Amino acid sequence: MTAAESHRVVEAVWRIESARVVAALARMVKDLALAEELAQDALVAALEEWPRKGVPDNPGAWLTLTAKHRAIDQFRRRDTYQRKLQEVGRDLELRQESAEAELDDALDDHIGDDLLRLIFTACHPELPAEGRLALTLRLLGGLSTAEIARAFLVPEPTVGQRISRAKRTLADRRIPIELPPPAELPGRLASVLEVIYLIFNEGYAATAGQDWIRPSLCQEAMRLGRVLAGLMPAEPEVHGLLALMEIQAARIPARTARDGSPILLLDQDRSRWDRLLVRRGLAALRRAEELGTLGPYGLQAAIAACHARALTAQATDWERIAALYRLLAHLTPSPVVELNRAVAVGMAYGPERGLEIADALIGERALRGYAHLPAVRGDLLAKLGRAGEAAAEFRRAAELTGNERESALFLRRAAALSA
Amino acid sequence: MRYLVTLKVIAQPDGPPPSDLMEAIFKLGQEATEAGSMLDNSGLAPSSEGARIEVSGGRLTVSDGPFAEAKEMISYALYEVRTKEEAVEWAARFMKLHRDLWPGWEGEADVLRLFTPEDFAPPA
Repeated sequence: MTAAESHRVVEAVWRIESARVVAALARMVKDLALAEELAQDALVAALEEWPRKGVPDNPGAWLTLTAKHRAIDQFRRRDTYQRKLQEVGRDLELRQESAEAELDDALDDHIGDDLLRLIFTACHPELPAEGRLALTLRLLGGLSTAEIARAFLVPEPTVGQRISRAKRTLADRRIPIELPPPAELPGRLASVLEVIYLIFNEGYAATAGQDWIRPSLCQEAMRLGRVLAGLMPAEPEVHGLLALMEIQAARIPARTARDGSPILLLDQDRSRWDRLLVRRGLAALRRAEELGTLGPYGLQAAIAACHARALTAQATDWERIAALYRLLAHLTPSPVVELNRAVAVGMAYGPERGLEIADALIGERALRGYAHLPAVRGDLLAKLGRAGEAAAEFRRAAELTGNERESALFLRRAAALSA
Repeated sequence: MRYLVTLKVIAQPDGPPPSDLMEAIFKLGQEATEAGSMLDNSGLAPSSEGARIEVSGGRLTVSDGPFAEAKEMISYALYEVRTKEEAVEWAARFMKLHRDLWPGWEGEADVLRLFTPEDFAPPA
């Protein structure tokens, strides 16, 4: 194996194992920054050793054990950690004598909870959203600062700052690396789901720049969703979010034309949808439904499922979608949900009814500067034959959107109506 | 990136696979699923229950299994991973279990990348 090859193997193992290594260390040293530092040290050791000696049979356990040795070295050097040394050191010295397999079993028993603790800490509501996103991708995704920077189209030092600031906040506020108490669980879980969905959306509908989709972020978000579904199988919203992401991601192959311009949902060639993701998404939605009443993510997944089940755009069950949007609006009242309801009602019961709902949103502060309000009104007006008004709305939408591709799409519609 | 891993048997000792192996395979599958990497997998029934459709010399023939060749395909797994090496790592772990828990067993796993929309993207 060449040096470059073995380097890639180490990298692959790191991708698979890093979150669990960091999570196990965080439990030991009770400090996120230190846990990550130790894990990184272990990675460096692997890069030195594996190319010479070969990849160990259980690379995850090797990384954790190596990092633990570093931890003990550190503790020995720091007086303030004397107490921790005693706790951890004794524990470890005992384990070192036992077989590696035994250590591995011990790790396995903890690993689920370790990972959950790590997720809840990285997504702690006291951190700013961008800090949560960066920290989650770094600690749970094993992404480097450079990779995160590329994905979010920001300079690398910016991401580095977000991560170190987030870690400092956690340390300064003495936020323990723990599972939230049951009373806080719903709110804390909502924060975790929000982070995952933000990552997904950052990839799915880039609001700035030329790229319509950045699929790697979508895949990372889905991976995190699957990890969470494995860790919290009884939470309906976890499955609901996973279902929503998988069904939406299934459309990625059909969402973009050859020239890179976007294709709207109803115009997409449905044979290009990713059937595997549709199937998985529908299965996840079923699990969410079996576990109880659908929450906001589950309802959005149910709406996405209506589209996924329709073999043609004409076969879409718009009445059901309108009803689901009404439930969603009840659960999470928001002008954006209401605008989507306007679209569904317009399809189910005619453009006039849809326009009534959309018109009621015109004064909404939250929708000021939101390109989709004029775009939806433009569409409904066009269907009612009010071409002049419709074209003006589409021109307005084109001005408001930050996405160049989307802007071009709106301008094309405006031009077609003015012709 | 998606990878299909197919498993073919070259030689296997008589009798059913050891229960240790089956348990370890189940555990690894669970691990790969919970890591968000394995999207789908299944064992495959013997080709004696399948069929083959061939086109040769302008003729189409349908014949029932078993297929004649020495290697029988017995399972597949579909992974979504970030690099080829990651797929290779999962497949290698799977093969290591066979090596360690079923002496005398021989086989091969092929790791094949699936095309995705990016493969057909217009030049940037």
